[in-house]
Amino acid sequence: MTDTLAKLEILADAAKYDASCASSGGARRNSRDGKGLGSTTGSGICHSYTPDGRCVSLLKILLTNFCLYDCAYCINRRSSDVRRARFTVDEIVELTLDFYKRNYIEGLFLSSGIIRNADYTMEQLVLVARKLRLEHQFRGYIHLKTIPEASRELLDEAGRHADRLSINIELPTEAGLKQLAPEKTQPSIRGAMASLKLKIDAVEGERRVSLRSDAARRARPRFAPAGQSTQMIVGADAADDAAILATSAGLYAGYGLRRVYYSAFSPIPAASSILPVKPPPLMREHRLYQADWLIRFYGFAHEEVTKAAPGGMLDLEIDPKLAWALAHREQFPVDINRAAKEMLLRVPGLGTRAVAAVLRSRRHRRLRLEDLARLTVSVKKLLPFVSLPDHRPLLLDRQDLRQHFVPPPRQLPLFG
Amino acid sequence: MARWHLALADDGDLASFQDAARRLTAIDASPDDVTFGGPEEGVLFGQSPPPADAPLGVPRAFVSLASLVVAHADPLRFALLYRLLWRLLHGERHLLQVSADPLVHRLEMMARAVRRDMHKMTAFVRFRRVIVDGGPDDGRGDGPGGGHEHYVAWFEPEHLILRRMQDFFCDRFASMRWSILTPRGCMHWDKATIRFTPGVTRSEAPPADGLEAWWQAYYRAMFNPARINPEAMRAEMPRKYWHNLPEAALIPELLQQAPARTEAMLEAAPVTARKSIPAPRHTPAPEGDTLAALRHASTSCARCSLHAPATQTVFGEGPPDAPVIFIGEQPGDQEDLAGRPFVGPAGQLFDRALAEAGLDRRLIYVTNAVKHFKFVLRGKRRIHQKPDAGEIEACHWWLAEELRLIRPRLAVAMGATAARALTGRAVTIGRERGRITSMAHFHGLITVHPSFLLRLPDKAAQKAEYRRFVEDLAIVGNEVSDVRLVA
Repeated sequence: MTDTLAKLEILADAAKYDASCASSGGARRNSRDGKGLGSTTGSGICHSYTPDGRCVSLLKILLTNFCLYDCAYCINRRSSDVRRARFTVDEIVELTLDFYKRNYIEGLFLSSGIIRNADYTMEQLVLVARKLRLEHQFRGYIHLKTIPEASRELLDEAGRHADRLSINIELPTEAGLKQLAPEKTQPSIRGAMASLKLKIDAVEGERRVSLRSDAARRARPRFAPAGQSTQMIVGADAADDAAILATSAGLYAGYGLRRVYYSAFSPIPAASSILPVKPPPLMREHRLYQADWLIRFYGFAHEEVTKAAPGGMLDLEIDPKLAWALAHREQFPVDINRAAKEMLLRVPGLGTRAVAAVLRSRRHRRLRLEDLARLTVSVKKLLPFVSLPDHRPLLLDRQDLRQHFVPPPRQLPLFG
Repeated sequence: MARWHLALADDGDLASFQDAARRLTAIDASPDDVTFGGPEEGVLFGQSPPPADAPLGVPRAFVSLASLVVAHADPLRFALLYRLLWRLLHGERHLLQVSADPLVHRLEMMARAVRRDMHKMTAFVRFRRVIVDGGPDDGRGDGPGGGHEHYVAWFEPEHLILRRMQDFFCDRFASMRWSILTPRGCMHWDKATIRFTPGVTRSEAPPADGLEAWWQAYYRAMFNPARINPEAMRAEMPRKYWHNLPEAALIPELLQQAPARTEAMLEAAPVTARKSIPAPRHTPAPEGDTLAALRHASTSCARCSLHAPATQTVFGEGPPDAPVIFIGEQPGDQEDLAGRPFVGPAGQLFDRALAEAGLDRRLIYVTNAVKHFKFVLRGKRRIHQKPDAGEIEACHWWLAEELRLIRPRLAVAMGATAARALTGRAVTIGRERGRITSMAHFHGLITVHPSFLLRLPDKAAQKAEYRRFVEDLAIVGNEVSDVRLVA
């Protein structure tokens, strides 16, 4: 028991640098038949938050942190002198069930260092998933990290048990990969993402299109119904934000990824000497997520977002939508009562939900400033960019408009 | 004093409000003449309108909004809902679409608060295991003394949501016995039926079970001290929940130690590598002047910039001594994903035409003039782009090597890019197609690319061009009979 507890400490610590913790998009399941344990509702649940502001949704652990690879940014690389441990398959299964029964977690996110070879490691991960699903009828969420070089048969079985699979792209460019993760190659990472996409499209696409009746659809085997995601380390190599977002846009389009996670390279105990000593500001990671959102939900092309960014780097002081608007003032002010949806989505401070509410509301009445104020979190940010029957923007021509939005200087938090 | 008064149940259910709404709309009571109160309040405040059972005739959206708002703890919820209902029935039928309206906005915010409270309950309920009717808890499984496991949680929802949470907890924990205790009511599941009992105080809740220390250890390990952001944590996990979350007890200590832990990591860095685990053994690459070695070398090709956004090199495929080699333009989206040439729509058309021309794809070698997919992004799609002269030139080295090692008797170029790569000059397909020509070490044949057929807008032209394509392919069978399909 205490031995397993010590392993939990080591192998959770070793897993925390993977930013992904989503538990959404899985197949809908329950255990009303009284045989199994758990359910998935389709939308994720964050069961807790740590003081770094990150959500705790899944039991996120490594099977082992022994690793043959030597990726410079990784705490588990073979040249690191971190404490090592390895769970048995049964230890992980029991821990998952015990945590789940207390409603601590939505399920399991299992990853591993590479031991012996890719197939052996992947086989161990699959074994855990198989045991949970088949022996214990576990109906909660399972996310398996997928090892690119593992055999097709193992990936196929992983997809049958898991809600989500992920393969980390690791670094935004091939050059970065060569420099910092010498054992990994871009074609093998992307090739594995591509074959997952083909498999997901084949199984899930066919299921969606060809089966009309719900019962027939439910009986059909699934393959990673929550799709695949990836993670990119930010700030460990020289890639700028423009390169990062171009890579992301290519990943979304090429492999149908649900999410690209950005992980600002974080100082780790016993860091490699080839890494930059100073980690990137956490704000950079935040801005990348905002830009990523603009590309996926607001109709921006990735080049549009980064063209406004001097030197290919997003402005750390203001968000990318605001930066774009300041660089394209000729397109403002936007008439809230008449503008097309596409343009409303480009107004700083207007989110997708507010835009939908504006579109619904204005069919029935002419919106005034106080109406808009009710639909947004803070109307102050919008004022320079919109016009309403009782509001004309005053500041739009001012050279120092950017200063209007920059937060007043304050003592910067650590690495902020 | 208001004319009408309705005493409604505060169980968070819609039923009693629905009944009240029917009574009030039947007599068209103005919202200004109506007050609402709790179930224990008598008729002191006004008269109760007579029962009515005519359907309400309101938009479905009102029912879904009301079903959430009735669970809000705000005592004004019924009055606000009735006012909205009254306006919907008095000339403002579309009012629910106007989120900007102050009343609609307020009720939507209340509904959102209830939904959030429900969501937080699914997240923050923490069960503790107790053994009922048995010996001491051994930490795992049912107790040794024949007792059974029972999972008990104490939770304090902000709104009247307990009853509507039963589906979530029964779906998830149907095979466990459990109870959720709250100040305003308790919910019990015995693996078969759900039961509700009156509220209790926190002292009824069981003490921590053995797993809480594990959960705390996990929480502590998950925290990265180099990234403290307590505001983000509190936004999603407000303090009001903390006293029922075992892990929250660690927060002050984690925050306090964070700066020193981070400082220590930065000062300790960088360390020199201490090799203790061996590097992975790679399967040796194929060697020698062979097609296998060439294929392996091509996987890391960076002769032009196309490799960067592409998935992988799509090398040729087929017998290393094939008598005929077919050359296409470049891999498309599907070929890029699969890592194999001619598997997408054009490839399928090619296969059909080959079969019709009596050729066996397994006996021929198929490759492309350019071996990476060239594309531009349009939103979530990758749109094929024609390779330029520089890219064809850069990739020609691979094609020349394939031709040298395979030594085919006939090379077939499909489309202008392939023809250019094969002949080294710009070729007009229409003029030169369908003729066997002599080249340095083999014969050449030029025809269209199958994707050209797919792009033709008109069906008749498509059919005619397809026939011509099959005729060109038939020439291959006449020239090299070894690649014919054996019937």
